[in-house]
Amino acid sequence: MELNNSKIKIKAKNLNVFYGKKQALFDINLDINQKEVTALIGPSGCGKSTFIRCINRMNDVIDICKVEGSVEIDGAEINEKNVDVVTLREKVGMVFQKPNPFPKSIYDNIAYGPIIHGAAENKDQMDNIVETSLKKAALWDEVKDRLNEPGTSLSGGQQQRLCIARALSVNPEVILMDEPCSALDPIATAKIEELIDDLKKSYTIVIVTHSMAQAVRVSQKTGFFHLGKIIEVDSTEKIFKNPANKMTQDYITGRFG
Amino acid sequence: MTKEQRLKKRYRAEKRFKMYGLISVSLAVIFVLILVQNIFSKGSSAFSRTMIEVEVNYDSSLLELDSPINQNSLKDADFYDLAVESLLKIYPAKDSKEERQILRLFSPDFEFEIKDFLIKNPNKIDQVVPVKITASDDIDQLNKGNFPRDLPEDRRRVSNYQLNIYDNLIEKEKINKKFNNYLFTKGDSRDPELAGIGGSLMGSFFTIIICLVLSFPIAIMASIYLEEFAPKNKITDFIEININNLAAVPSIVYGLLGLGILLSVMEFPRSTPLVAGITLSLMTLPRIIIPCRASLKAVPPSIREAALSVGASKFQTVFHHVVPLAMPGTLSGTIIGLAQALGETAPLILIGMVAFVVDIPSSPVDPSASLPVQVYLWSEQAERGFVEKTSATIMMLLGFLIVMNFIAVYLRQKFEKKWN
Repeated sequence: MELNNSKIKIKAKNLNVFYGKKQALFDINLDINQKEVTALIGPSGCGKSTFIRCINRMNDVIDICKVEGSVEIDGAEINEKNVDVVTLREKVGMVFQKPNPFPKSIYDNIAYGPIIHGAAENKDQMDNIVETSLKKAALWDEVKDRLNEPGTSLSGGQQQRLCIARALSVNPEVILMDEPCSALDPIATAKIEELIDDLKKSYTIVIVTHSMAQAVRVSQKTGFFHLGKIIEVDSTEKIFKNPANKMTQDYITGRFG
Repeated sequence: MTKEQRLKKRYRAEKRFKMYGLISVSLAVIFVLILVQNIFSKGSSAFSRTMIEVEVNYDSSLLELDSPINQNSLKDADFYDLAVESLLKIYPAKDSKEERQILRLFSPDFEFEIKDFLIKNPNKIDQVVPVKITASDDIDQLNKGNFPRDLPEDRRRVSNYQLNIYDNLIEKEKINKKFNNYLFTKGDSRDPELAGIGGSLMGSFFTIIICLVLSFPIAIMASIYLEEFAPKNKITDFIEININNLAAVPSIVYGLLGLGILLSVMEFPRSTPLVAGITLSLMTLPRIIIPCRASLKAVPPSIREAALSVGASKFQTVFHHVVPLAMPGTLSGTIIGLAQALGETAPLILIGMVAFVVDIPSSPVDPSASLPVQVYLWSEQAERGFVEKTSATIMMLLGFLIVMNFIAVYLRQKFEKKWN
């Protein structure tokens, strides 16, 4: 079911991405709605991750990667030279496939973002940010007594929620998740999915996933990628019940990919 | 071949391989043990010094002092006559030839040792006091058992007359050994019993400090820039290849560079730790840059992505996360590079550090020797006393190297953080 009144947060227009001579994305046009979960599905190597890395310009880090076309967030173009990537990434947080906490204490993991952006003026404010971020990530109760222990001592699922809390600590508007549950067991996955459901009330979320079931469970809108092209985008319900494209049909029923 | 035969063959191959490994490890251990045993058996005696106790008559009339007796006048006084007078009393001599032989039982510095004793104990003036005086190299070696007594007299450095005196002194328990502080406090000397590594220790110390101060910051900055910031293109590839090549350049080439540029063109003072430090830091730079870059590379990209994704700039990502994580590897690479520099001899020979320097350097611009060069210099000397000194110096050098490598391992293990 498409929500016609929902506001478009991110708009990709004619987006082409090249790794050296190889083209990874072909003319991507995709709208992502505000305060919704958009799932990107498709076989490995189809460009889902490349696409979401365009939204916070993480592809800048890769020397051979070249991005053409336009990505707008709230109507403002981000692919221009004069756009400050630091401010952009403050607005667009990211959670990665493998949990990657800093080898520092749980507290320092969360506090790092606010420190470099000067978000807290004193220790009390910082404590407050750490606490609310961990609470938003549903991790506070599990770690409140051991904030000084290293983040790497947590279990895989807790580490991933720590990474989500870290992303939330700088008050982003958009959260990109690149297969956040692929390294986790089903119980940890369920917790993260529950969390995503909760977070979508205040954040715009784009999630890349290999699990069709997960896409159905968490997302309102789904885009199917294949070989660097968008094959079909529609409401999750429509994609999984009544896809317009034969390829989408084949993929979600497990006939290829 | 049946399946069982193939399986047996596979197990045999594995057993054979393990055996080869064991053999090579034990061979390596045996060689190291032989080396260490050889050095220790030759060098351990250098840590003691033979002293001869002599009744010295501090007769003020022999000093021919004009002014009243105080520390200054004693320092200027000539103690030679007083010293000879007392030394000749240890054994009857019938002619001047035998008197000369008696004096040759003592180190040539006996006059100063007798003088120093009085300066330290000025109340002993006009008294007869027993003073321990350093024996000559020949007596020292004789006392340490390194001297063959059964050779015919004309092939020995010690005459029968001197041997008689020695045996007589032994009977009276006038000859004893003490810890050889000269080994650490004195500079080089032509007389083995007076030679020490004090000068070369200080020389090596200044050299390594200069090498550290110059090469560490430059190497760290260069490796951070090359690894994290530099664009990957033909120029950086070219620089990378050249760094690897420079690390493999024979060290003597750096010595030639130091000689040609630092000494000839820039006219820096010869044989000084300053020039040695600069030359060695040129040699050490690529050897530090390579492990530094390797440890920066070993920091997982996920940490960089994590920092970038919360809005850290490139600079913050590198200096808040990557560099601290790479620090253990960086530090141990630096220390191992410095340890190599500490043991380097060839480039120092070219820049004139082989000079015979008696004084202990008090600054990096004083002429000086260094530990490995001291080994080289003493190993060429004919006197038996220098053999043990050479081995003792090698022991000191090996000791420093082991300590430095131990620090490197310790730093790596202590500060290495685990990530997944």
